[in-house]
Amino acid sequence: MTLAHLWASLVGLAMILYVVLDGISLGMALLFPLSADEKDRTIMMETIGPIWDANQTWLVFGGAAIFAAFPPVYSILSSALYIPLMTFVMGLIFRGVTFEFRAHSVRKAVWDRAFFLGSLVAVLSQGIMLGAILTGISISNMQFSGGALDWLKPFSLVVGVALIPGYTMLASCYLVMKTEGAVQEKAFRQALWSGLAVLFFMGVVTVWTPFHYPLVWKNWFSVPRIYFVWSFPMLGLVAAHILIKSLKARRETTPLVCAVALFLAGYFGLVTSLYPYLIPPTVTIEDAAAQPETLLFTLWGAVIVLPLVIAYIIYSYSVFGGKVGGDHYYG
Amino acid sequence: MDSLLDPIFLSRLQFAVTIMFHILFPVLTIGLGIYLVVLEILWLSTRAEIYYRMYRLWARIFAVNFAVGVVSGVVMEFEFGTNWSRFSALTANVFSPLLYFEVMTAFFLEAGFLAIMLFGWDKVNHVIHFLATSFVAAGAVISATWIMAANSWMQTPAGYNIVQGKFMVTSFAAVIFNPSFTVRLVHMLSASFETSFFAVAGISAFMLLKGNNVPFYRRSMGLALLMAALMAPLQVYVGDRNGLEVFRYQPAKLAALEGHWDTNIGGGAPLILIGVPDMEAEKTFFQVSVPNALSLLVTHTLTGSVPGLKEFPREDRPNSFAVFWSFRIMAGIGFLFLFVMLWAGFLWKRGRLFHNRPFLWTIVSVQPLGWLATEMGWVTSEMGRQPWLVYNVLKTVDGGSPIPSGNVLWSLGLFFLIFLAVGSSYFYYVIKILREGPDITSPVPLIRRPAGVGIMETRQETQQRHEGGQK
Repeated sequence: MTLAHLWASLVGLAMILYVVLDGISLGMALLFPLSADEKDRTIMMETIGPIWDANQTWLVFGGAAIFAAFPPVYSILSSALYIPLMTFVMGLIFRGVTFEFRAHSVRKAVWDRAFFLGSLVAVLSQGIMLGAILTGISISNMQFSGGALDWLKPFSLVVGVALIPGYTMLASCYLVMKTEGAVQEKAFRQALWSGLAVLFFMGVVTVWTPFHYPLVWKNWFSVPRIYFVWSFPMLGLVAAHILIKSLKARRETTPLVCAVALFLAGYFGLVTSLYPYLIPPTVTIEDAAAQPETLLFTLWGAVIVLPLVIAYIIYSYSVFGGKVGGDHYYG
Repeated sequence: MDSLLDPIFLSRLQFAVTIMFHILFPVLTIGLGIYLVVLEILWLSTRAEIYYRMYRLWARIFAVNFAVGVVSGVVMEFEFGTNWSRFSALTANVFSPLLYFEVMTAFFLEAGFLAIMLFGWDKVNHVIHFLATSFVAAGAVISATWIMAANSWMQTPAGYNIVQGKFMVTSFAAVIFNPSFTVRLVHMLSASFETSFFAVAGISAFMLLKGNNVPFYRRSMGLALLMAALMAPLQVYVGDRNGLEVFRYQPAKLAALEGHWDTNIGGGAPLILIGVPDMEAEKTFFQVSVPNALSLLVTHTLTGSVPGLKEFPREDRPNSFAVFWSFRIMAGIGFLFLFVMLWAGFLWKRGRLFHNRPFLWTIVSVQPLGWLATEMGWVTSEMGRQPWLVYNVLKTVDGGSPIPSGNVLWSLGLFFLIFLAVGSSYFYYVIKILREGPDITSPVPLIRRPAGVGIMETRQETQQRHEGGQK
């Protein structure tokens, strides 16, 4: 395994960690319009209050890792996806400040709206960026050479919309784990229809992608991928099945595990479809790798520091474990 | 810079807007973080309730400030790519690891322990809580370290080779510990501490003038002024050292910020205190100057030669009018703070520190100036670096992204509006928190002695108990 490939795995890990962890926070905001009252919304915010910042930091880490390990990917994609990327960041600003501003305000409705809209904008932008990468980025000489609105395509928009039930599924499964009573009851129902919607959208995207992409079609049916690429949709279907069963059986932790598994199935399916391209169909892992000294320096950093980071983050989560009850961090 | 619609110009403007907004918040995170560590040390060692109450109030402000700092910071990380993609692609091998380490060693540290620090009082013991506060404060300082390494590398690049136009690392140690790194880091940290301590002092002084919670704010102001007293003279000294590095490695910047046009041969170079540098006329008009003082400052001799701005080709000259004045505003505030601290020392000796109303009003008035000085310092540093992105190696005009001006106009306009909204909300809520004042009724957490007995009394009370046989 080359240094570049090792790094690609690390970046991939950081990305899926971010997607799942912050997906819970973003999904929570997307559930706001369906919440019963201000009290419930405060409870929802308190489930993610102590962890949202650490979760979001995986995004910053992923971005920095891409910049460090695969600089052309960072520079090309940032220019190509300028508008959705900036929109994404602006959405994050609003949802981030809501955690503090809402707590101190009397008229919380304004911040509820900011939280929801900021997160919605962020989620749609994420999906648009992913869709745009899949539909192709114009590159010449390792630089972006396309237009400002290349990313604006039906496929990208569908991927953006598809993320919405994905995140509401994660958030509602998280609520099932962290809350009780009426909020939890509602979350069981929300997790159920979210899960079904996710299955639908995953089906749509899985069918649509290879039609956009001869590369993907080829990858799926070529050796050795043809032997294992089918395992991911299988995993996804199994996870979805157990998710629905466990929700009906009122299990509290299994749903979240299944929801995460569903995300992983989709993610690994995507990765196998595109490997070895970081920006399909032109930029591969080896094409984009930084100089070996940089890769080594940063990899050593990761090897030494990341386990510590993960350890103390897990510790921090455990301090705030259990059901959200009388504690009022944000209200 | 061809026109107002040039994407490079707009990208520069946008970077200025986003970074000048963002930096306001980490400055307080860095300084207030240390203040909170000191408060928690005082609380744990004296068991005096007032320190706990002080911590809880200033921590509420810390939390709001931290959130805005984080979200405005995320913008910066991606802005290198969106607006300066050529710079990013060319310098990535050298530059990006510094940002990467910042995230891994500083941001995660802050984010990981912030929740325990703010909300974990009754969930963890006092040792863990103190560690949480310390880690958050340390994270802020470590963050500044990596950022200053990255920015200083742009000012005084080192540890690299250029191969086929791309920067390749030859030594990471040389990259990080580049010539201007240490002095600029200390200068920035000191600026953050000084600004924050003056801010706490200013808020406390205002409350004292209004007669609110006098013992509480006396203690807050006293502690803040004590810590500021250490910083004010240090900052002036470090500022001077910084100037020496600029003279050595960035002579064009020094000439511009001093409005010094003609290299002095024979006699010493005068230090121009005020004046109007004119880029076209290549002169500084209406100058009031001290003879030989510039030579003295930067060469430590009365007649040392200081290169004038005319030594450099016109297109390589930073805007002297801008950096001349930004520098003077910054330095002026630095000296003002020093004099205020001398006055404070004088009053303290006489026991009049908390009662002298002119002094209290002065502290209130100068409170925002730390931030102004910090911004002006950065304007001097970054505008003074122009036209270079990487000093003497890569020009700003060659570092932009292949994007149309429309993109940047759009994002610039939006960021301006968003920061206006977020910034005003920030002020609104901080003032609200201060109006509500310290919470003095909720229970104080127990600090358990090893024997497992909770102790809530101060040292004084323990002494009284032993002497008087009370309790």
